[in-house]
Amino acid sequence: MLYVVIAFLYLSILFYLLFGGADFGAGIIELFSRGSLKERTRLLTYQAIGPIWEANHMWLIITIVILFVGFPEIYTLASVYLHIPLSLLLIGIIARGTAFIFRHYDAVKDHFQKIYNLIFVYSSFMTPFFLGILAGTAISGRIDPDATDFVSAYIHPWLGWFPLSVGLFTVVICGFLAAVFLIGEANNNEDRDLFREKAFRMNILTVITGGLVFLVGEWEGIRLFTELVNHPIGLLALVLATVSLPITWYLLKKKKVYWPRVLVGFQITMILVTLMVSQHPDFIILKNSTISLQNAAAGESTIFALAMALLIGGLFILPALFYLIYSFQKQPVSIKKSNQH
Amino acid sequence: MDDLLAARSQMALSLGFHIIFACIGMIMPFLMAISHYKYLKSGKEKYKTLTKAWSKGVAIFFVTGAVSGTMLSFELGLLWPEFMKHAGPIFGMPFSLEGTAFFIEAIALGFFLYGWEKFRPWFHWFTGVVVGVSGLASGILVVAANAWMNSPAGFDYVNGEYLNIDPMAAMFNDAWFTQSLHMILAAFVATCFAVAGIHAWMMTKGKNTDIHKAALKISLTLGAVAAILQPLSGDLSAKDVAERQPAKLAAMEAHFETEEAASLIIGGIPDEENETVNYAIKIPGALSFLAHGDFSAEVIGLDQIPKGEHPPVTITHFAFQIMVGCGMVLMITGIFWLFGLWKNKKYIYSSKFLGLIALLTPLGFIAVEAGWFVTEVGRQPWILYGIMKTKDAVTPMPGIVYSFLLYAAIYISLAGIVTLLLIRQIKNLDKNQDLSLPSNS
Repeated sequence: MLYVVIAFLYLSILFYLLFGGADFGAGIIELFSRGSLKERTRLLTYQAIGPIWEANHMWLIITIVILFVGFPEIYTLASVYLHIPLSLLLIGIIARGTAFIFRHYDAVKDHFQKIYNLIFVYSSFMTPFFLGILAGTAISGRIDPDATDFVSAYIHPWLGWFPLSVGLFTVVICGFLAAVFLIGEANNNEDRDLFREKAFRMNILTVITGGLVFLVGEWEGIRLFTELVNHPIGLLALVLATVSLPITWYLLKKKKVYWPRVLVGFQITMILVTLMVSQHPDFIILKNSTISLQNAAAGESTIFALAMALLIGGLFILPALFYLIYSFQKQPVSIKKSNQH
Repeated sequence: MDDLLAARSQMALSLGFHIIFACIGMIMPFLMAISHYKYLKSGKEKYKTLTKAWSKGVAIFFVTGAVSGTMLSFELGLLWPEFMKHAGPIFGMPFSLEGTAFFIEAIALGFFLYGWEKFRPWFHWFTGVVVGVSGLASGILVVAANAWMNSPAGFDYVNGEYLNIDPMAAMFNDAWFTQSLHMILAAFVATCFAVAGIHAWMMTKGKNTDIHKAALKISLTLGAVAAILQPLSGDLSAKDVAERQPAKLAAMEAHFETEEAASLIIGGIPDEENETVNYAIKIPGALSFLAHGDFSAEVIGLDQIPKGEHPPVTITHFAFQIMVGCGMVLMITGIFWLFGLWKNKKYIYSSKFLGLIALLTPLGFIAVEAGWFVTEVGRQPWILYGIMKTKDAVTPMPGIVYSFLLYAAIYISLAGIVTLLLIRQIKNLDKNQDLSLPSNS
């Protein structure tokens, strides 16, 4: 049963990264676009993400619930030592969610829209950035439960080059994901070409920032790369992700829509798998010790109940969610129509 | 302000804020579904306009409710890590089921909001109903989790260790039913009366009376029924609290001395120092009857509770009085409305009655907030009743006061924006329908 819970934990992290990531990425693309593309991205974001974005957000809640029910030691440890970045992540989530809904549901379209847009694009950057920082901190061994002063206990763990580089990498992969996703959502060829160009640029940035994560990691003594090449599955995942990149480029050049999406999703899944297996069995690496999901799991009765709740929930959620995505993909709502609501 | 007080204030603020948005987000789908049903049955455009207008309200409140709820799921750990370390595995069951319910609600909302003219009408209507039902389910589950803090169950506490954990027993603790029932009814009363108040106010201004009248009928009727049922659930709760948390009941009633045939204290200012209540109306024997169903039964007073475990009496007592007072006013108004509606009386659409309903807009939410003060402050100094004290659960991180100030600023601005948005929605509803109005109003 523990493995059911662990599977759901990784699944919800992955889905948050994929669906939520595309969602954040749309805001990031908007942030780095100028002129009419900014406006068009905005409309497309709403059209493409509007119907499912509430659900995208839920994966984070599932992740948190699994952590605090099933792995309370990990949840409380993170809550104490990562209080500040978690708070900043939260502020990003609030700002983004509310700005998104405000700008689309405000009955009067006036100068307030500018404020909503500003909040939306900056929080779209901020949220995955801190998400990445949190992930980076978790595997960096920078958390020190024996620290006694404020800075080394609550600031030093997350404010370092390695967590920051992971944060930046997370932002960029969200942007990449969104650019590829939006190609298929665009209504005309001109827009499609623009998003294709964005996708290429974001992809170059992905490779650069991804490399940066490894370099900084090696430099700071976090043996990410060494551990990776020593692990057959990690290495395989990394190789597969890398090999699928030129295929993605080729298909993008050929103006394909569907397969690049699948491949980008695949690449992100592989990145997560790489990270996961290279750390296995650890989940959080502290300064002098490590915590694995197996060791930090709650008692058997709790894990059993949690697994049942997740299985039953999954039975309802997954088909409904896929039907939702399917029905809005099959018959895209036109921009004009969606503006009426 | 020390860290404990700052953490408590931040939690109170977060909950106080979330609860309003959660209530509206939970109840408005039902109003929306009723109006939608009437549209599908009658084909009248006014119901369609109303359904769409209300669904925008649902969207706004769902999101604000969802983000503030997400914050709470983090804040539980950020502010009370010691509590969560032990409590998470025990009371996690309702939270994990709530995650499912909430997820279904989010999916159904996607279908509903974007599904106009896209799905078959009754399927589309059904997705709206699913939004309401799953919202209600998540409300019940979250309150069940809170009830566990008042009525710990599903584990053995031996020498500071939490053993033999049974998540199902924890979920179905002694308080889950009475607390959830009371909360759900309160959510119906507060939301329906607030919605009715806004529409009544618009009617007094004489704009689009057709739509507002339809809105008023749906919301106030539902609200009135809930308001009449609420005292019954309140009675169940009182008996339950008397049984489980005598200290809380004593604080609610400012009942300092254990006695038989205890009198019910209405109003009054508790004097915690001298353990008396000044300027109160006392009904002999009534407290014994309310608490135990017997006019001469003994009711435990604060004198039986160790000094260090007294909840703050004045706050709890005032909050309780405010809750009951608001509830009474709403119930009486509700009875007048139902009677007028049934007998076809003219007074229910008179400007005076409409004005009164408009005036009552915030009352239900004042009652909800006061009720939460009773539950939460009345449990102090315990975070987990009888087992863990609040001061032992707070985070070791210093400087929580800054966090509190930051969150306060965020919540205040959010509340401001949402209010502004609602005003603009309501104004727009009139602009769309009333063509005689200048378009820039």
